[in-house]
Amino acid sequence: MPSFPLPPLSPALPEIFLAAASMALLLFGVFRGERAAREASWLAALALVVAVVLVLGGGGPRQLALYGMFVTDAFAVFMKVLVLLGGIFAIVMSIRWNEQARIARFEFPVLVLLATTGMMMMVSAADLISLYIGLELQSLSLYVLAGFKRDTVRSAEAGLKYFVLGALASGMMLYGCSMVYGFAGATDFATLAATLSGGETLAIGPLVGIVFVVVGLAFKVSAVPFHMWTPDVYEGAPTPVTAFFSVAPKVAAIALFLRVMIEPFGGYVADWRQVIWLISVASMVLGSVAAINQSNFKRLMAYSSIGHIGYALIGLAAGSKEGVESVLIYMAIYVFMNVGTFAVILLMRRNGEDVEAIDDLQGLAQTHPALALSLAIFMFAMAGIPPLSGFFGKLYVFMAAINAELYVLAVIGVVTSVVGAYYYIRIVKLMYFDAPKPAFDRPFGAEMSAVLAVTAVVTLFFFIAPSVVVDSAAAAAASLFPG
Amino acid sequence: MPILSLVTFLPLLGAVIIMITGGDEATKAKNARSIALWTSLIVFFLSLQLWFGFDAESPEFQFVERVEWIPSFNIAYHMGIDGISLFFVLLSTFLTPICVLASWESVQYRVKEYMIAFLVLETMMVGTFCALDFVLFYMFFEGVLIPMFLIIGVWGGPRRVYSAFKFFLYTLLGSVLMLLAILAIFWQTGSTDIPTALQFAFEPGLQRWLWLAFFASFAVKMPMWPVHTWLPDAHVEAPTAGSVILAGVLLKMGGYGFVRFSLPMFPLASEYFADFVFTLSVIAVIYTSLVALAQTDMKKLIAYSSVAHMGFVTLGIFVANQEGLQGAMFQMLSHGVVSGALFLIVGVVYDRLHTRDIDRYGGLADNMPKYAVVFMVMMLAAVGLPGTSGFIGEFLVLVGAFQVSTWFTALAATGLILGAAYMLYLYRRVVFGTITRDDVRVMPDLSWREIVVFAPIVFLVLWMGIYPSSFLKPMQPALANLVERVEAAQRAALADAPSTLASR
Repeated sequence: MPSFPLPPLSPALPEIFLAAASMALLLFGVFRGERAAREASWLAALALVVAVVLVLGGGGPRQLALYGMFVTDAFAVFMKVLVLLGGIFAIVMSIRWNEQARIARFEFPVLVLLATTGMMMMVSAADLISLYIGLELQSLSLYVLAGFKRDTVRSAEAGLKYFVLGALASGMMLYGCSMVYGFAGATDFATLAATLSGGETLAIGPLVGIVFVVVGLAFKVSAVPFHMWTPDVYEGAPTPVTAFFSVAPKVAAIALFLRVMIEPFGGYVADWRQVIWLISVASMVLGSVAAINQSNFKRLMAYSSIGHIGYALIGLAAGSKEGVESVLIYMAIYVFMNVGTFAVILLMRRNGEDVEAIDDLQGLAQTHPALALSLAIFMFAMAGIPPLSGFFGKLYVFMAAINAELYVLAVIGVVTSVVGAYYYIRIVKLMYFDAPKPAFDRPFGAEMSAVLAVTAVVTLFFFIAPSVVVDSAAAAAASLFPG
Repeated sequence: MPILSLVTFLPLLGAVIIMITGGDEATKAKNARSIALWTSLIVFFLSLQLWFGFDAESPEFQFVERVEWIPSFNIAYHMGIDGISLFFVLLSTFLTPICVLASWESVQYRVKEYMIAFLVLETMMVGTFCALDFVLFYMFFEGVLIPMFLIIGVWGGPRRVYSAFKFFLYTLLGSVLMLLAILAIFWQTGSTDIPTALQFAFEPGLQRWLWLAFFASFAVKMPMWPVHTWLPDAHVEAPTAGSVILAGVLLKMGGYGFVRFSLPMFPLASEYFADFVFTLSVIAVIYTSLVALAQTDMKKLIAYSSVAHMGFVTLGIFVANQEGLQGAMFQMLSHGVVSGALFLIVGVVYDRLHTRDIDRYGGLADNMPKYAVVFMVMMLAAVGLPGTSGFIGEFLVLVGAFQVSTWFTALAATGLILGAAYMLYLYRRVVFGTITRDDVRVMPDLSWREIVVFAPIVFLVLWMGIYPSSFLKPMQPALANLVERVEAAQRAALADAPSTLASR
């Protein structure tokens, strides 16, 4: 009988744990019935916290597992922590809201766990196959989540739209992967890098393949021109799902984007830079201009996230270690300010009804001073005004761009950031300058206040010790650049 | 004792204390006012220690503090002042308690937030002038926008929203280009340390680009013609104290930036663009003076006069000789005090009649004699009468400019005449003549609180006019150093030039 050794699994321990936890939670939910939603949510959050501990404990030098399909390194640890944080925040924020919207079902946290597992798989993918498996696991879970409020047309529409367009993008990406495989004869990143190296420029075949892969990834990070789904899905999906969408999958997809572009194709930055350059500029311009006329806060955040992805992609366009580092810093900061903003959106309820128009924020500074102050902090941060955290994100991104001599990109970036500042400070204007509307429903709930406090404090006081994030991002970025 | 950090961050502490005070609306307002006043007074007296402890013979940075901040990028918390920044710090700490006092009665709603905004603003202003690291500088420089945006937008006049947005976006657009230049400097010098960058020789081609990027930021802040249009709007709509800070300190950030960064780091570019700056300055002086003549709104008139006065400053800075720079620096300090006072003067009558329309007043000398005296002193200082602070600055600037260009000097000098015209015209219409309206007749003269506000300003204006050495002396070594550096760089470039000619 041929011996069949079990591959080392320990590097994938957090993923295995999460997968097992979601199964266990599913059983728990089935046995306890509909009443289990609240317990299931807290247990899921707990599972994610445990996963954070496991991820941090599993840090260290680069390790390959599962026959080279799966890799853990400092980069993976950094991004997984961000993904998990996004998951934890999303679940905690969903509890009250789901109960109020009468969609409190235990499947919700289970789906979030499954999606998170998929995202962690994406972050750690070292092979085009495992990349695709991770991507699909997260996407399928997210399609269901988008349509989770299934008795409303908007939510169902969001789910369907996301599914159809997402499937199309996955198909394109798979096609790109197959082309790369066809020309290079391998699917794992290490072999790809070795096979493709040597030429002055990349051969046309793999280049076309990369472009298709980029299209798929651009769809997942909702970069222009593959952003069409974003505003509709953001608006239609239940708000806690939108909060989740805007953070965790973005981080995971950006991580995947970075790894795919840098590890196998890092030697050919000059070949693919123009593609990234273009989608970065398009995202920044559209994200800042199209948001100006939005009156729905969730839709506005959709355009805002498109813009932010544009800034993050500046770092990728730089294609350097500093560039990757700046993207990591940007995403870390982005997670906190975005979660905080969505916490405020989740609290926007008047007479038992959700309100989503930005005009509903009028006079918030007088009805809810603390809420208004936190939202003002998030808005100024998103606009990139120092000393708030968002400024540092932009600082590092532009630093990388200047170092890579991408001057035009940097200038377009700062100019669009001023245009974008307009709609962020318009929200501050609504809250502080205008006459108040009736107050929002209270109480907000302890867990919501906690999320709001944590994100606001991180966003406001990031400047005191930016080194914490900067240094770990530097280490994480270095792990993508061997030697 | 880290006195610079103390002066910078003590106002923030005051803001936090105000934030946590409770009670009903009236108590909160009362507490907020007194906490803000005491905090800003303590900060002012602390900042006087800087002046007393300042070594006036040294061109070096003093009271230096340095703590690692983001070591992986060589970004440090680095603070220090030299003769150039010393008086700007003092100007900020001097005007803040005056602003608090001036808002004592005129601000009646959301007092707590108002005082918090002013204290945060003070931290940002002082920090801007003390920062010796580009990232730190940029944080303070931009951070100013947040409280000022709120001050204009929440407590401003009818068109406050438009003005607040215009102010915010205009200045932000200028600043972000400077941010890119700062990052370029980082990659050139390997750190964001300002003293390092001041010693660094940037290559001439790069200098021009970086100069333009800095210029975009400071010209808007200054503001220079033709990017001054945000200023009249912001001034007119801002509450009185907001205008005082705007004119008194925020405009000076532009001039400070030119003296601190543009001249020493990019001496060749400064020379290259000098005529361009002179042209804009002279247009500013003449054009905005003419515009000021035509105004019917008092605040708008003073706002335009600020642009004209700033034209003198930019002229003085870019002639880049001792007299010109001294004059520009002095003009900025003088204007900071005088224009601040003029906005307070408008505020006094605005509080009583709630209009800034010049035609609504007239004959105030009869029922408000003390007011008329204060107004006269400030008006004459704005005109530049010898014996007031305004004269010294303008005179030195013209002396400096005359060595470089007779034509620009002659044209700029017409600004003095126009300045006298619009200020005297304003004064005549508001203060002289006979009282025709009943509501004007019953306006009470300056209250004790208002006298307390104006007394130190009048004293300072006369002091600066009669004995300017107290102010010129400490800035002298730093400016001499700067002039020497600029001239050395320009000589070195000239020495290179013949060889390139020969090689052709």
